[in-house]
Amino acid sequence: MMLGVLGGRVYDPQNGGDGEIRDIWAKDGRVVSPEEVDPDRAEIIDAAGLVVMPGGVDIHSHLVGAKVNAGRKLRPEDHRGAERARTGVFRSGSGRTVPTTHLTGYLYAEMGYTTVMEAATAPLVARHTHEELADVPILDKGAFITMGNNHFLMKCIRDGRREAARDYVAWLLGVSKGYAIKIVNPGGVENWKWGRNVGELDDEVLGFGVTPRQILETVAWINDELGLPHAPHIHGINLGRSSSARTTIEAMETLAGRRTHLCHLQFLSYGKGKGRVHSSEAAAVAEAVNANPEVTVDVGQVVFGPATTMTSDGPLQYSLHRATGSKWVNDDVEGETGGGIVPILYKRSNPINAVMWLTGMELFLLIDDPWRVFLTTDHPNAGCFTSYPHVIKLLMDRAYRLEVLESIHNRARKGALLHELDREYSLREIAIISRAGPARALGLRNKGHLGVGADADIAVYQEMDDKAEMFARPRYVFKAGELVARDGMVVADPPGRTFYVAPPYDPGIEKDIRKHFEQAYTVSFENYSLASDQVAHGEAVACR
Amino acid sequence: MTTMVEHIACTFCGCVCDDIVVEVEGSRIAGVRGACVVGRGVLDEYDPEVRRPVVAGREVDWEQAVGAAAAILNEADSPLIYGLSSTAIEAQRKAVKLADRLGAIIDTTSSVCHGPTGLAMQAVGEATCTLGEVRDRADLIVFWGCNPAASHPRHFGRFSLTPAGALTPNGRADRTVVVVDVRPTGSSKQADHFLQVNAGADFEVLTALRYLARGEDVEAAAIGGIPVSQLRDLVRTMKACRYGVVFMGMGLTMSRGRHLNVGELFSLVAELNTYTRFSVIPMRGHGNVAGADQVLTWSSGYPFAVSFARGYPQFGPGEFSAVDVLARGEADAALIVASDPVAHLPRAAAEHLEHIPTILLDPTPSLTASIAQVVFPTASYGLDAAGTAYRMDNVPIPLHRLFASGRPTDEEILDRIIEAVT
Repeated sequence: MMLGVLGGRVYDPQNGGDGEIRDIWAKDGRVVSPEEVDPDRAEIIDAAGLVVMPGGVDIHSHLVGAKVNAGRKLRPEDHRGAERARTGVFRSGSGRTVPTTHLTGYLYAEMGYTTVMEAATAPLVARHTHEELADVPILDKGAFITMGNNHFLMKCIRDGRREAARDYVAWLLGVSKGYAIKIVNPGGVENWKWGRNVGELDDEVLGFGVTPRQILETVAWINDELGLPHAPHIHGINLGRSSSARTTIEAMETLAGRRTHLCHLQFLSYGKGKGRVHSSEAAAVAEAVNANPEVTVDVGQVVFGPATTMTSDGPLQYSLHRATGSKWVNDDVEGETGGGIVPILYKRSNPINAVMWLTGMELFLLIDDPWRVFLTTDHPNAGCFTSYPHVIKLLMDRAYRLEVLESIHNRARKGALLHELDREYSLREIAIISRAGPARALGLRNKGHLGVGADADIAVYQEMDDKAEMFARPRYVFKAGELVARDGMVVADPPGRTFYVAPPYDPGIEKDIRKHFEQAYTVSFENYSLASDQVAHGEAVACR
Repeated sequence: MTTMVEHIACTFCGCVCDDIVVEVEGSRIAGVRGACVVGRGVLDEYDPEVRRPVVAGREVDWEQAVGAAAAILNEADSPLIYGLSSTAIEAQRKAVKLADRLGAIIDTTSSVCHGPTGLAMQAVGEATCTLGEVRDRADLIVFWGCNPAASHPRHFGRFSLTPAGALTPNGRADRTVVVVDVRPTGSSKQADHFLQVNAGADFEVLTALRYLARGEDVEAAAIGGIPVSQLRDLVRTMKACRYGVVFMGMGLTMSRGRHLNVGELFSLVAELNTYTRFSVIPMRGHGNVAGADQVLTWSSGYPFAVSFARGYPQFGPGEFSAVDVLARGEADAALIVASDPVAHLPRAAAEHLEHIPTILLDPTPSLTASIAQVVFPTASYGLDAAGTAYRMDNVPIPLHRLFASGRPTDEEILDRIIEAVT
């Protein structure tokens, strides 16, 4: 299968492209040089006057797995009126903020996205995650494995066995077919099983005598030792609290010099405001990000409207339940993690929500290097991924941003730094924060760019003044060189791949793990691992 | 030659015990170790002999049977797909795909057991945990309207009563066990406290417990047949424990009040988290009924009772649940997977199945097989087919193929039917 996307304005920041007129040729799913293609046999797209970008890459989204599916089950009210009917070969589906699996694949592809990472999977239920991933068509995917409250890991840290911890993490990623290390509220989720939490990096994890700081330092070291393609993906302590900005900056200082990805940073950039309304500390947090070149972040921008909060952060979800009165799901997972779900409605008339919105905006505008700040809404926590075009408009169009700023609650608006931030993102910068940057941070060498050898994942847009319109309905979307969406509607649904890592480890560790299993788990050691043939279209990504 | 195969999962009940040792001799099971009496029976008695499919009482080849099934489904205006709780998720995925393709109604046995639990969860949420947390942390266990001693024989030994866990090193001695039920049972005999509730009075008792837990007084000597002093004691025990877990069963879901009973219990459990940690786990019956909920939810957004008749999924317990669709005579064809509705559904529903063309995929002979137009004797997951089942706490457990029997799987047959329908 050959393809030529000709004469478009190409935004390919990885290869220096900033809207130059360029032809993109593809063959057998990859971008190739023109001489490798027989133009008479290729599908030719006349992209003159159109904007050409690599397919979108989402570095942090909760799209499948135990928690997401519990969220779907919890919210019939989310699905009614948000259905899609079956057409031809395409499956029906439903869900406004927590869409069903097939619909999720279609919606991402229709927006020009072709690679999405599932942000949190407990290894005990990784099999479930992979079974759902097999039902998400089109997209290439991967799953991050939660280990910030893992008993075996914490015991290794307690006993000073760093190498054992490293070998265990390698083993765990391999058997769960995960792509990256995920840390969620290190130690806090374990403490929640005692009805508590952690508030400082040096607080004690009950029953283990280790601290959140030790957990963070250890996984950052392990990540470098194993040479994993992505950094440790960290949701820190104090999410949503007025102490979060302070402990976020402390965590960056602790991890200075090591690769680190801080996810949905907006939720962790607050200071003490008046009463129950926090203040935005985006300026201080952005300054710390700017000063720490090893750090990448995604924002988790709040979008006004309905959302479904779901994290592995059990105590956070409980406090949200108490604060909002909304229905609450909690799930404590043996020896590993926990989690919760609470539906929410973000309102511009709510001062707390308004501060959240502007904190995210300020982070986007104050972090200097677009290669280190990525577009997410922590789907479906701060908003649905289908809001990305709207967020792009906020970033590219200052007048529109000010219009929204004028509409939010007084208490958040008055004195907000956002009034003074004139920056407008360029198309090139959008291509970086939604494609090139996340692909680079994920270590996915064939994603996020259109150089020779890249995957032929290509999104072609009609330039419009209204950037939300422009990015919501690409003219053409190609996945591995195949046209999958046209004018914002899916036209083909090939299966996507699942990326995972399989770092080597000292097999001697398995004896220890087996012993731990007998005490700590209710499933057999033998039934915990996923074989590579149990991952649909799996592809191992090399470490280092 | 005999082979010992270890770490085998039994799919009879929602415990999905995966520590069983099976002795395999050719394509026959020669011995079973570690299973409960029910599980052993299921494994021991499985007859993997390849039987031919049956159409209208006559044995035919597989292709003819697939053709007959497709013809029935093509002809139907309002087909029903039902069962699914005793097959693997691989087959469940295909069943939903077929329902979507046909514009059918699809329902699982959830609607006649824990369907109301799902509705309660949708109303108030659910604070839950995995079974390992129960074993390792829980020092207070409450069984409400369930009798695992009979229905889930290894539950006590593996999770809830006697095993030693991280924070419960002395096993039974480290746990307080309470049973609430309408009559003494095998389970209540093993409890520290048995509270006998009047039939149909669970809701009142749960409401009283919520009041008492909030520190409000209840002005009555007894509620639902239980002295209020006993309820006060229970609330005190609940608030004082380290980690409490309630297991609840069909005594709540299938008695007067149904989802309201369960919602009241789920609310109580959520509220107890103000004082300590508390979770609830529904005692799911069939081995993969939890998986059926999961697959239907990730494919349609809803856990059971889904209609694709309009081209998109609609949720309608009472409207699209199998018992109602059949009893009202609305289904004009049925495809049953791994279930025996003729034996288990109410009479009006079961009778309607006899009057419409019914297709059955099931490894074992059943009453439904005796009335079905088309019968596919398929392989049994975990014996002669590999797949995945979800335990009652939604932990996925792999099912291994112990021997090759030559029987096709539900997944394969459903795939061929999907290809054959128009």
